[in-house]
Amino acid sequence: MRANGILRVIARFLIPLIMLFGLYIQFHGEYSPGGGFQAGIVFAAGWILFVLIYGLETALKVIPERAMYVLMVAGVILYCAVGVAGVMLGGHFLDFYPLLPGEHAAQQFGIITVEFGVGVTVATVVMLVFTLFARRKSEWKAAQVEDEHP
Amino acid sequence: MVAVAIVRARDLFAAAMLFAIYSLLSAALFAVLDAGDVALTEAAVGAGISTILLLAVLALARRHEYPIDGHNVLALVVVTVTGAALIYATLDMPEFGGADNPAQVHVGPYYVEESYPDMGVPNMVAAVLASYRSIDTLGEAFVILTAGLAVFALLSHKPRRRKRRRRHLKHKVREHRHHRRNHEEESSS
Repeated sequence: MRANGILRVIARFLIPLIMLFGLYIQFHGEYSPGGGFQAGIVFAAGWILFVLIYGLETALKVIPERAMYVLMVAGVILYCAVGVAGVMLGGHFLDFYPLLPGEHAAQQFGIITVEFGVGVTVATVVMLVFTLFARRKSEWKAAQVEDEHP
Repeated sequence: MVAVAIVRARDLFAAAMLFAIYSLLSAALFAVLDAGDVALTEAAVGAGISTILLLAVLALARRHEYPIDGHNVLALVVVTVTGAALIYATLDMPEFGGADNPAQVHVGPYYVEESYPDMGVPNMVAAVLASYRSIDTLGEAFVILTAGLAVFALLSHKPRRRKRRRRHLKHKVREHRHHRRNHEEESSS
């Protein structure tokens, strides 16, 4: 598929748009349908399209596998950190009111931060799962070749 | 109709494509029902990512299902009885869309009326998911993380090593049998 010029050109147009749409869903989720889960999936879908066109090696140079492991835990930790911050400032766990002076501002800050954590986790987990499946085939073939010609 | 086609399909590639169509149809249904968040999720996850993952699995597996001969009568009876019980249970359900359903009179009205004054967030679904029930969403995030870790644990090691170990095991089993046979011969003689 690497030699297919039409696919490459269309993907070059589409991938930034898909990723922009993912970010829009992420940060506009309080006003229109959307939120962390959907945004993460859409962002990961853009990355998977990149993999299909340009190959896994190139895509792993953009977002290395190690970064995926770190980010997928970092998203959940960010979520928990917001909850613990509420406890530190004198509220309950995942209570957003103590975070900022204004009630609405505090709630919106809490919701946006928490959804961002969810979005990061979902996007990186989907990317990682796809990477593992995509790499399996080549590893398998290499192992078979090695079995036949050790 | 699509569901029947999925069940009858023996070509797994066709079944994966039909699953994608089924997801897209349900996404359209959710959009018609004004459930924008659910429709977006169904379209992105059901029609997009899970189709890609199914195709990734198919790249590793065979394309056609193994044919199964004959019918399992016990399974047929169990399925029929369970289905009949479920249909009987739906008779007790409240009327679809009724104003006095439990879903409409419990916490629903509170969320509808108070979520904007409480949060200043116009999208009620986001307010419920991220603030009123944020511990549920934390649990969901952990589920996603666990799923990622599980796939990593299953697929991260190289297949070559496992094969060699299996061959090693076979060798051991053969050795063991050999030893036992020798032992039996010795004890009988």
